Amino acid sequence: MNTNKNMSEVKLMKGNEALAEAAIRAGCKGYFGYPITPQSEIIEYLAEVGRERGMVVMQVESEVAAINMVYGAAGAGARAMTSSSSPGISLMQEGLSYIACAELPCLVVNINRGGPGLGTIQPSQGDYFQAVKGGGHGDYHLIVLAPASVQEMADFVFDAFDLADKYRNPVMILADGALGQMMEKVQFKKYNPEEHKVDKLWATTGKEKSRERNVITSLFIQPEKMEQVNLHLMKKYKEIEKKEVRYELLETDDAEILLVAYGLSARICHRAMELAREQGVRVGMLRPITLYPFPYNALRSLRDNIKAALVVEMNAGQMVEDVRLGIEGKAHVEFFGRMGGIIPSPEEVFEKIMKLDARLSNMTLKDIITSEIRHSHVSYRSVRKKL
Amino acid sequence: MNEILTSAMNTAEILDGMECVWEKPETLVDVKMHYCPGCGHGVAHKVLMEVVEELGVQNETIGVAPVGCSVFAYNYMNVDMQEAAHGRAAAVATGIKRMLPDKYVYSYQGDGDLAAIGTAETMHAANRGENILVIFINNAIYGMTGGQMAPTTLLGMKTSTTPFGRDTESQGFPFKITDLIAQLPGAYYVTRQAVHTPNGVRKFKKAVQTAFQHQKEKKGYCLIEVVSNCPSGWKMTPVVSNKWMEENMFPVYPLGDLKLNGKLVND
Ligand SMILES: Cc1ncc(C[n+]2csc(CCOP(=O)(O)OP(=O)(O)O)c2C)c(N)n1
Ligand code: SF4
Repeated sequence: MNTNKNMSEVKLMKGNEALAEAAIRAGCKGYFGYPITPQSEIIEYLAEVGRERGMVVMQVESEVAAINMVYGAAGAGARAMTSSSSPGISLMQEGLSYIACAELPCLVVNINRGGPGLGTIQPSQGDYFQAVKGGGHGDYHLIVLAPASVQEMADFVFDAFDLADKYRNPVMILADGALGQMMEKVQFKKYNPEEHKVDKLWATTGKEKSRERNVITSLFIQPEKMEQVNLHLMKKYKEIEKKEVRYELLETDDAEILLVAYGLSARICHRAMELAREQGVRVGMLRPITLYPFPYNALRSLRDNIKAALVVEMNAGQMVEDVRLGIEGKAHVEFFGRMGGIIPSPEEVFEKIMKLDARLSNMTLKDIITSEIRHSHVSYRSVRKKL
Repeated sequence: MNEILTSAMNTAEILDGMECVWEKPETLVDVKMHYCPGCGHGVAHKVLMEVVEELGVQNETIGVAPVGCSVFAYNYMNVDMQEAAHGRAAAVATGIKRMLPDKYVYSYQGDGDLAAIGTAETMHAANRGENILVIFINNAIYGMTGGQMAPTTLLGMKTSTTPFGRDTESQGFPFKITDLIAQLPGAYYVTRQAVHTPNGVRKFKKAVQTAFQHQKEKKGYCLIEVVSNCPSGWKMTPVVSNKWMEENMFPVYPLGDLKLNGKLVND
């Protein structure tokens, strides 16, 4: 029974459908996309129910066109979005760079599949670098949200549009094929887009006599001006890094081994953590929810109390680099990943934890830290204090 | 006019006693344009903005400037504008128009932008019958990047990337994309004009007026190709470039209407 007044009734939905439904409820006025597995349910759902609820829903000629239509629509002041999966997101990178520079708020959903190349349609986290480090040309960032359940697939859409409007910045929801396809219970929060509306005085809605013309551009031909634009963006990113970091901590109080995982792999780690705890191993978990901004500070406050971090990803080891940056050699960091669309099983991760635990108990703290130095660029001097 | 004389007189003195026959419209920003002397871009800008002013739709018009020499159009056109990535103007215009269906939306694109890198966006916007106006400046060359071959470059024409002239074997044929677009059911009004003579300017203006009227009535996609010159890229004086354009460009890209009120003209 639904007891929370601020939530709608409970529904059973696919992740992709829940995300699409949330987009309508968030007041998204324009969806532009091109079909690709495993996310075509988003455009299919919107085509069926979005139009009659006041949304422009367009299947267009390519992802290149789609992202540029989002540019136009967002520039015209509307909440706009697109969704795709890895190869399609690659095609959007030029557009995303323009959108980031022109500071247009919008939502881009990547239901990550295995790559590189045409790859596989199975779930993957191989687009982490592309999503959080920029992806297109130039210095810029997307805000990246990583849901781990169908409920979050819906919730993060509202947050994404609010964050996009607040910072005039593109926001990406980075999920994977499993989260898109799985069915779970979901409740939509009460959300009135009118109450979340911000003034978009910069939008190109037609020049009124009372104001100067609005120009949306990413072209600043004089280097001095271009540098100023970059500095302005950097300032904005600093603020985002200060205010918008989100993560979840599980059983970290007494943890000696810290699992670090996001999205689907966090769910798997959660189960593996339970299995290991049953064996008396003190395991905790950090689940980054914003991948950019990354929760470096959470790692900084945890690193002195843990012996090791085990980073689990569905890729060849991407987020592990950010974990190393957060831990700065103050604890041992290990990586476990499966690739190509293979989802690691909780048992596999459990086994990794047990092996790591066995090795750690034979190691002195000095061993642990010197082994970490071999794996990272941190100088010996910077960790000597701890020895 | 004598240089010594003009420098000695101020503008008011020069104008004293003269009849004002043309005033810069409010829709044109009062700044110097960066276009090369004799280039068709400036004239096309002026005419387009005159129409916006005469129709009184400055507050209802949104323009899209693509990458090309006209990327700076928003420095001159005093309407709300969006710069688009190279080739994507039709997609950006679509995004704007779909959100603001009662506003006038136009894009202003070069041949490289419209007919090479942006071919897909161009054709599909036309095929959807997107209710926008596309102004297509065909100067048969890439002006902005220094005179390389364009899809519309004539056979035998020398550019910096076809130093011995465009040959079909390696570069194919001049791309008559306007003719292709006219075939699409979504295209309602398709015409080819030039702006190098007063008569041409008048006709181009009429075409722009027609397209705005169609857009108001939600008739669908309108395309105005302007066969234009690029004195710098062609390495000619403005006068010679216009003559060369008439003699060489017009036979390949003949002026006139291709489609009126949704019907092909030569059918
Ligand atoms: C993706 C991308 N590729 C290439 C360029 C470089 N570029 C800028 S303008 C241009 C050609 C413009 O020619 P055209 O569209 O004919 O316009 P014109 O300058 O002749 O008016 C090129 C190739 C770019 N800006 N972006
Ligand atoms: S380079 Fe050519 S198209 Fe560009 S402004 Fe000069 S003459 Fe005009």
